[in-house]
Amino acid sequence: MTDLTDLTVADIRDGFRAGDFSAREVAEAFNANVAGAKALNAFIVETPEKALEAADAADKAKAAGEPLKPLSGVPIGMKDLFCTEGVQTTAASHMLEGFTPTYESTVSKKLWDAGAGMLGKLNLDQFAMGSSNETSYFGNVISPWRRGDGDTAALAPGGSSGGSSSAIAARLCPAATGTDTGGSIRQPAAFTGISGIKPTYGRCSRWGIVAFASSLDQAGPMARTVRDNAILLETMAGFDPKDSTSLDLAVPQWEAGLSSNLKGKTVGIPKEYRPDGLNAEISAMWDRGIDWLKDAGAEVVEVSLPHTRYALPTYYIIAPAEASSNLARYDGVRYGQRDLPDGAGLQDMYAATRALGFGPEVKRRIMIGTYVLSAGFYDAYYTQAQKVRALIARDFEQAFEKCDLLLTPTAPSASFALGEKQADPLAMYLNDVFTVPASLAGLPAMAVPGGLDGQGLPLGLQIIGRALDEQTVLNAGLAIEERAGFTARPGKWW
Amino acid sequence: MSIDLQTVKKIASLSRISVTDAEAEAMVPELNNILGWVEQLGEVDVTGVEPMTAVIPNHQRLREDAVTDGNVRDRVLANAPQAEHGFFAVPKVIE
Repeated sequence: MTDLTDLTVADIRDGFRAGDFSAREVAEAFNANVAGAKALNAFIVETPEKALEAADAADKAKAAGEPLKPLSGVPIGMKDLFCTEGVQTTAASHMLEGFTPTYESTVSKKLWDAGAGMLGKLNLDQFAMGSSNETSYFGNVISPWRRGDGDTAALAPGGSSGGSSSAIAARLCPAATGTDTGGSIRQPAAFTGISGIKPTYGRCSRWGIVAFASSLDQAGPMARTVRDNAILLETMAGFDPKDSTSLDLAVPQWEAGLSSNLKGKTVGIPKEYRPDGLNAEISAMWDRGIDWLKDAGAEVVEVSLPHTRYALPTYYIIAPAEASSNLARYDGVRYGQRDLPDGAGLQDMYAATRALGFGPEVKRRIMIGTYVLSAGFYDAYYTQAQKVRALIARDFEQAFEKCDLLLTPTAPSASFALGEKQADPLAMYLNDVFTVPASLAGLPAMAVPGGLDGQGLPLGLQIIGRALDEQTVLNAGLAIEERAGFTARPGKWW
Repeated sequence: MSIDLQTVKKIASLSRISVTDAEAEAMVPELNNILGWVEQLGEVDVTGVEPMTAVIPNHQRLREDAVTDGNVRDRVLANAPQAEHGFFAVPKVIE
């Protein structure tokens, strides 16, 4: 019999409907994989009972001949940045250890209402700040991938959605939620040989997601196939009056609209994404990607995004500025940790609580944000960054006058060993060089596997689309998926 | 422009994060590296460019002025480190 944990979301959904297996069999199979993969540290909380509960409801509905829901029978992982009612939600921080929300985030509620079951809460970089999953209070997530030649060095699953990427690549869940502020869905997907899409800013409600940088944060799905991403995104997206930046637009039927025929589409290749010194294997994979899209019928043109080199410094002003404001809420009063030294007053309590509850990277970003917003520096840093951000968005608008989508690499390298880049925060930030520009412009962007490098590690291609044109992004992703024939998977060592 | 130990301590204080002297000293080069790097934005010509305020054009909605939520005091207090008599409790603020 097929291993149920090798199935995609579409396979599970359709196989369950066809009666090939029960929802309970699927949930039990994934629960067993989760329980057997402690070495990856992908989950902060496991919820096998929730997965079984949803599965039993699906089996019961099917037996009774009731209508099934879009995700009936499908268990998923939930990034621990989404508030889940009655289940601890930590953002991988000590600050929120023990925090048990009394409400459910909009995106997770939509998934449960659609019939999905929860396998557990997935580990991440603390408050989603990091690119390697080394900032979690609950320990590093380990990638299931290893370099060839018997090297057993623990590799980064990417970040911040590293629990999601590791769990999907290791077949602990068929799909998971992620969130993306500067690349936190796309870079981990690339590092682990899976796919993930950040939709247009405003497609998915931010309500109930622990906030990092509100003008950039977007939820999105991660899974092994483009189709699965389309399925999940259809459920996750949609207008929510509880999020003031939520887009009041109908959700397209992305799955039904999937087509890998790109005739009539023009793909732009931004020349600024191929700097001198770009990794030769990344460059070669990118060239293969260009050929695949041509083979799918697309025209290819070179385009220019002249302000690309300023995207990262812009991001590292805007994101910390917003984080310093958002994270001001952790004051030891309403929720989370409190540290009250003997005889301390209110101000001392705030400072002691925040020193105790935040990790080093979170403190660093709050302090950078506080500095760039402080009196006398606001215009030089923050206002200037918002102006450059406008120029970066304009670059994309002008490029999209000549093309319908952009193809780039997802990350400048394959996964690296844990600890390798931790000493230098700036070197870590450079990992997001290809993903941050689309975030600053709020555009839909997707990572799909492009192949393996010489060490046997996955490399990802990124597709960036016009605002609201997730369909073209998904379709180009499908065209690449069909041609890349990426079937590699990590050998089980855990 | 570089920041010194005193500035780091001031930022920490504004951020309401207590830091030891050793922590503050370690942060001086770290923050200077990052701030020195972001300062390259100063070279971009932004003449006539309005700072971005909304990444995707979206109008601010108004809703009917009606109560849509409430009567959930105990749920609001459920995660408080210290709740007393239906309120959040904090150390004495006024002597």
